[in-house]
Amino acid sequence: MNAVVPMPESRKAKPVAIKDDAMNLQKELINRNYRELAEARQAGRKVSATFVPGNLNELLMCFDFARSLPETNALQNGMRKKSGKFIMDAERDGHSEDVCTYVKADLGMMMGGEIGPTGDPMPRPDVLLLSYTGCFTFMKWFELIRHKYDIPTLMLHVPYQSQGKIDPNMRQYVVKQLKETIIPGLEKISGVKFDIDRLRQYMKESAKAEEDLVSVLQSAKKRPSPIDGYFGAVYYIGPIFTAFRGTPEATHYYSTLRAEIEQRIREGKGPVTPEGDMGEEKYRLIVEGPPNWTSFRDFWKMFYDEGAVVVSSTYSKVGGLYDFGFRHDPDNPLESLADYCLGCYTNLNLPSRIDMICKYIEEYEADGLLINSVKSCNSFSAGQLLILREVEKRTGKPAAFIETDLVDPRYFSAANVKNRLESYFQMVKQKRTTGIGANVKPVFPIAQV
Amino acid sequence: MTTATPVQRIVERCERLFEDLDFTAVKEWKAAVPGRKAIGYMPVYVPREIVHAAGFLPVGILGGGDNLEVIQGDAYYQSYICRIPRSTLELGLTGRLDCLDGMMFPSICDVIRNLSGMWQIMFPDKYVKYFDVPQNYVDNVGGNFYVHEMQALREDLGKMRGKPITDEELNASIRVYNDNRAAVSELYAYRAQKPWQAPTSEVYLLLRAGMVLPPEEHTKLIREYLAATDKEPRARRDNARVVMTGSFCEQPPLALIKSVEMSGCYVVDDDFMLVTRWLLKEVPADGNPLEELSKAFLHHSAATAAKYDATRAEKGVFLVKQVHTRGAEGVVFAAPSFCDPALLERPMLQDVLAKHKIPYTAFKYAENTGQMAPIREQAGTFADSIKLWSDVASAARPPEGAPTVARSAEVSQ
Repeated sequence: MNAVVPMPESRKAKPVAIKDDAMNLQKELINRNYRELAEARQAGRKVSATFVPGNLNELLMCFDFARSLPETNALQNGMRKKSGKFIMDAERDGHSEDVCTYVKADLGMMMGGEIGPTGDPMPRPDVLLLSYTGCFTFMKWFELIRHKYDIPTLMLHVPYQSQGKIDPNMRQYVVKQLKETIIPGLEKISGVKFDIDRLRQYMKESAKAEEDLVSVLQSAKKRPSPIDGYFGAVYYIGPIFTAFRGTPEATHYYSTLRAEIEQRIREGKGPVTPEGDMGEEKYRLIVEGPPNWTSFRDFWKMFYDEGAVVVSSTYSKVGGLYDFGFRHDPDNPLESLADYCLGCYTNLNLPSRIDMICKYIEEYEADGLLINSVKSCNSFSAGQLLILREVEKRTGKPAAFIETDLVDPRYFSAANVKNRLESYFQMVKQKRTTGIGANVKPVFPIAQV
Repeated sequence: MTTATPVQRIVERCERLFEDLDFTAVKEWKAAVPGRKAIGYMPVYVPREIVHAAGFLPVGILGGGDNLEVIQGDAYYQSYICRIPRSTLELGLTGRLDCLDGMMFPSICDVIRNLSGMWQIMFPDKYVKYFDVPQNYVDNVGGNFYVHEMQALREDLGKMRGKPITDEELNASIRVYNDNRAAVSELYAYRAQKPWQAPTSEVYLLLRAGMVLPPEEHTKLIREYLAATDKEPRARRDNARVVMTGSFCEQPPLALIKSVEMSGCYVVDDDFMLVTRWLLKEVPADGNPLEELSKAFLHHSAATAAKYDATRAEKGVFLVKQVHTRGAEGVVFAAPSFCDPALLERPMLQDVLAKHKIPYTAFKYAENTGQMAPIREQAGTFADSIKLWSDVASAARPPEGAPTVARSAEVSQ
């Protein structure tokens, strides 16, 4: 019998990503949360799991929960090339190839021994807080986890902004659920009495960080843009969209980040990429849709190699839409939490999403729109082809469409994506002389929450 | 001279209504009295009582089926999105839905939700309503929200017709739909008892007729069918009795239903066009109508993947009830491709069935699936395995003529 000869290890050095201070700080925070989760049991802490859009981080902190976010776990596993196996394990366990790969990556991770993306153990949550802002799949996701592991679930139903505004009935409904279902449920599971002043304090911190985040994201209006509002922004939004909003650490992170970006503006620098400062800014784009995580760096490289910077993206608003004025309000804590949940990007109807993109194209003086349509997320994807047509019609700017997936490596075809992007950049170059679209008018005014 | 039997005549009429993608019946209903209006709704559930109370015709829009060539609709959807939104858009873009004065989009999933926004943009002259239903089932929480949603619809429709909808009108419509649900319930009970007398392909067509006919006329039609088919001598086969589930939104082609039957299955319960039997009990028609509709929705409505199960223990209970009360021997999961709710729900339901030792099989379809051979083979193999090997088969099979337990009865275990 032939002996199995092991493959020699690659001698090619793993490329080191260049990061600025804020990016390193962000990584530290995210890793720290995984350590906290791993040590939660020894520390006698209860663990919660909830979703990114409309997450009630400030509220969960009032009950001392360690906080896990399954989407973040899935994307972190995607970036670390672990999600492909998890997805296939879940499919072997009976899940359809057609459904959301975040769900399958999460379930696959649990089947694989409950080890998190950083290699730390992931404790089984004590509560699943089902705040399903803008995504029906979230509901099934937590039902699946509950079914498998018998974990209590608390449902916060957030109505859809179908008319492009928050109806008082919708707000009241969410507040009432918070008062009568969510808070009593969290008290019961955690054993901690709810203290509204504690919530107010966290919300004050949130608002400070939100102010700095908006300043950072809007810095992309400068030329050259000092940030990438999509590939770079996914780092910037990490702490505030996950387990840190409302903490002094997040406030510190965002003030540091803001100072760093202001310094870049003074120095006339463009964004930091994994290979250092970006060269000449040739194209300014708006991107709609989540990124692909399994080939994140290769995907980003296709942009910065061509001098394309994303000046704003809708994905960077998925866990909270702050640039139209919303801030967590400590004076009206529960109403403010309701408005936050109701105002997340995917909870907006299509006309509002189109208005927002057109507004971005105008305000950020972008050359056009690129849609990355991900197979896993119907909440984002269903209707994107109409978004593309409408934005082109209203702004006169070229729009393009590519298709990938969130964390399923089988759905990222680098050659196809690159081809499409190159053609798109050509098109932008040709159309650039036609000027910014005149008479951009909203179909529905974006809700001022 | 026609030699068709009364049953054949009814089924042929239903078939014509089903195949008519121009919605002629709706146009004729509108033309009969000037000023009449029709409101379309996508599958699963909307409170049709409110539309009816306005004097409007509620029209079920269930996609384009397998007779519609989708050309324009495909340009709006990526390959990995189910077919119903694209064929529904095709119906709209080709003018086939011009007879509708508005469209309602129930909260089923992310695709249908976003379709409501597409409709707002593409058909700006039409009334468009995304109809949210609560996933919180407490009366003064989810119930209040739901009453308010229904009140908003009531006011919108009242404005459309030029005068408010009264409580009396609503209660009258609740009575009409109570009667319609009772007729549908009789039809389902009859089929479960004598599936050879009421084949599912016919039952399906009867339900589809209810999507375009006024409810009073539909109720009458069902009862006529029941009386007529009971007199018809039909051969009884040694088929396996199955529940079909997962088809609550995008409908399977009629040929698929026929194929499942031809393969040796009697479908004794299903979740086709749930709107016709979403509310499981009679809604009181002498109280506050919106509150009564709300209570019925919160506490006595059918389970589907589009609805949250508040506890783990509730998962699959409705399906197991369907199996037991209809004397089924197995479950056929038939879900549309790319249907997130149905396909994510399936593993949980399969687990519950396995615990109850209820056999199941699963396949996917699209409303325009043309190749039935693999489905026939799979369903046939499933039916054979039930007949040959299933423990539940002999126990579950009711003796001929045995009464079928009503749909809302408790599971006996």
